[in-house]
Amino acid sequence: MSNHALSITLFVVFVAATLGITFWASRHTKDATDYYAGGRSFSGVQNGMAIGGDYMSAASFLGIAGIIALSGYDGFLYSIGFLVAWLVALLLVAELMRNSGKYTMADVLAFRMSPRPVRTAAGVSTIIVSIFYLLAQMVGAGALVGLLFGITSDAGKIGTIVVVGILMIVYVVVGGMKGTTWVQIVKAVLLMTGAALVTLLVLGRFGFNLSSLLGTAAEQSGKGNAFLNPGLKYGVEAKGLTSKLDLISLGLALVLGTAGLPHILIRFYTVPTAKEARKSVIWGIGIIGVFYLLTLVLGFGAAALVGSKAIAAQNKAGNTAAPQLAEKVGQLIFGDVGGTILLAVIAAVAFATILAVVAGLTLASSSSFAHDLYAHVFKKGTASEQEEIRVARISAFAIGAVSIVLGIFAQNLNVAFLVALAFAVAASGNLPAIIYSLFWKRFNTAGAVSAIYGGLASAVLLVIFSPVVSGTPTALFPNVDFHWFPLENPGLVSIPIGFLAGYIGTVLSKEYNAAKYAEIEVRSLTGAGAEKAVYH
Amino acid sequence: MTTRQDESSEYERVQAGPEFQELRRRYRNWAFPVTVGFLVWYLLYVVLSGWARGFMGTQVFGNVNVALIFGFLQFVSTFLIAWAYARHADKKLDPLSDKLRGEMEGTSNE
Repeated sequence: MSNHALSITLFVVFVAATLGITFWASRHTKDATDYYAGGRSFSGVQNGMAIGGDYMSAASFLGIAGIIALSGYDGFLYSIGFLVAWLVALLLVAELMRNSGKYTMADVLAFRMSPRPVRTAAGVSTIIVSIFYLLAQMVGAGALVGLLFGITSDAGKIGTIVVVGILMIVYVVVGGMKGTTWVQIVKAVLLMTGAALVTLLVLGRFGFNLSSLLGTAAEQSGKGNAFLNPGLKYGVEAKGLTSKLDLISLGLALVLGTAGLPHILIRFYTVPTAKEARKSVIWGIGIIGVFYLLTLVLGFGAAALVGSKAIAAQNKAGNTAAPQLAEKVGQLIFGDVGGTILLAVIAAVAFATILAVVAGLTLASSSSFAHDLYAHVFKKGTASEQEEIRVARISAFAIGAVSIVLGIFAQNLNVAFLVALAFAVAASGNLPAIIYSLFWKRFNTAGAVSAIYGGLASAVLLVIFSPVVSGTPTALFPNVDFHWFPLENPGLVSIPIGFLAGYIGTVLSKEYNAAKYAEIEVRSLTGAGAEKAVYH
Repeated sequence: MTTRQDESSEYERVQAGPEFQELRRRYRNWAFPVTVGFLVWYLLYVVLSGWARGFMGTQVFGNVNVALIFGFLQFVSTFLIAWAYARHADKKLDPLSDKLRGEMEGTSNE
């Protein structure tokens, strides 16, 4: 049996198991709380694993291992930013959101504001952030399938995007939050097990001596000790200050973006109490932290055992470093059959990873469309619960279909920047509005609307006029040049704009509701009046 | 609050009460400084990675350099802060918030 046939078989087993879970979940999904929030009946540990499942995308697994394998130390900066970001979620957002919201991010933002403009803004921002992120994952799936399953024809890639799209639609439409959460949990267990297994084998190969692993990696990378220092990816290029500022801009967007990502925020609603929400973030931090430590070993291990040249030869961005390493280390320890099996396992796990993340994103965006835009803005709160869920399912279907089509059109474009853009929009538009809503007494409708649109617009515009869209060989449109903003990541400018816009919007408007502020403050800290779990 | 005492909501009465003020103080006095602290600590790491390459590349033992140790310390500090917050919340926040919630919701809801 070839490794491709074996990976595909393993992947089919994963799909069959998760579809089984999804249909089981659908029988336990009766009302809106079940569909949007999994009945709020998941435990902190379960939701912590699901947080890991939602967060550890193929971009983190394959991408970070790849950056480390090719550029050495600089890939580590990503993992640290992605992890530290969870402290913002833990200390400032998770419990307070759980206590004051219901189904979506907008529930908290619109709590003490005039609901329609704020829900519109928050809904638009949720859908834009989720679709950027979703599109990047879909295109990534098309590219990966060639490397993982040996499918390289255009028809094969399009077929893959369609299959991924259909599966994610089924998970969300049929299973709602319950089904999607279980898919995340299964995926998190598989991903952690796979990554830990390869890590142990790699470390064992070097006698569990980190220094010897690093030394071999530096040697095999062809870059010597520079491989272990910051600067290979950022900052060695000509424009010194710009690339250093870009590094800070990226760092800010990563650390402040996570707590503004809608598909992460709605996870806090799936547990019965704020205390469980806290527990779930702490479990999430543990799982994600260990995972990033594993990717560090995977990345350096790939450089040491496979060699940076062989990795770059297969994929310029290094996305195949982890699967290549799995094959190599399997071969070295268990012979050819071992290599084939280990490669197949890691390839199937990587694919399961993509599938789970896109399902989470589809759920977040369709929930926001149905609950915020349809039920509260168009229907002004008169839609029945059943009608709302029906619209949520239809919009999950529509969003899935749109992303399949966009994914097919964008498959040959370099859309990796969309993930960074999603983080930048989340940090510039959503986070300022959330923080002000929860902590600033004076905050009002005008402030919320200006924070969201200000942060969203500045992040998107700055990216359009940045070197990732035009003017450089790796840009989205390499043949034209209309860029004037020097940084690849807009965060350094757009995050302050988001906070400032929220401040200015607030002080320019006289609106202020003391009673509603008292309600959100008391409710967010004590949980009095918070949404309860439903047990069927 | 004295002038509007009669017409203010239950939430406003609780908000003005000493127990809630104490809960709020305990939460904010812990969460805000620690947030500023870990953000500064993280930005220091990013800035040093950009501006102090020589220092970050200093080898400490074997092939392990300052940059790598600094990175590991970010992991360690993240885990420690998460653990410390859980402890703080268990001991100092939950008893107060449970009490206030119990008073506001009575026994009918649980």
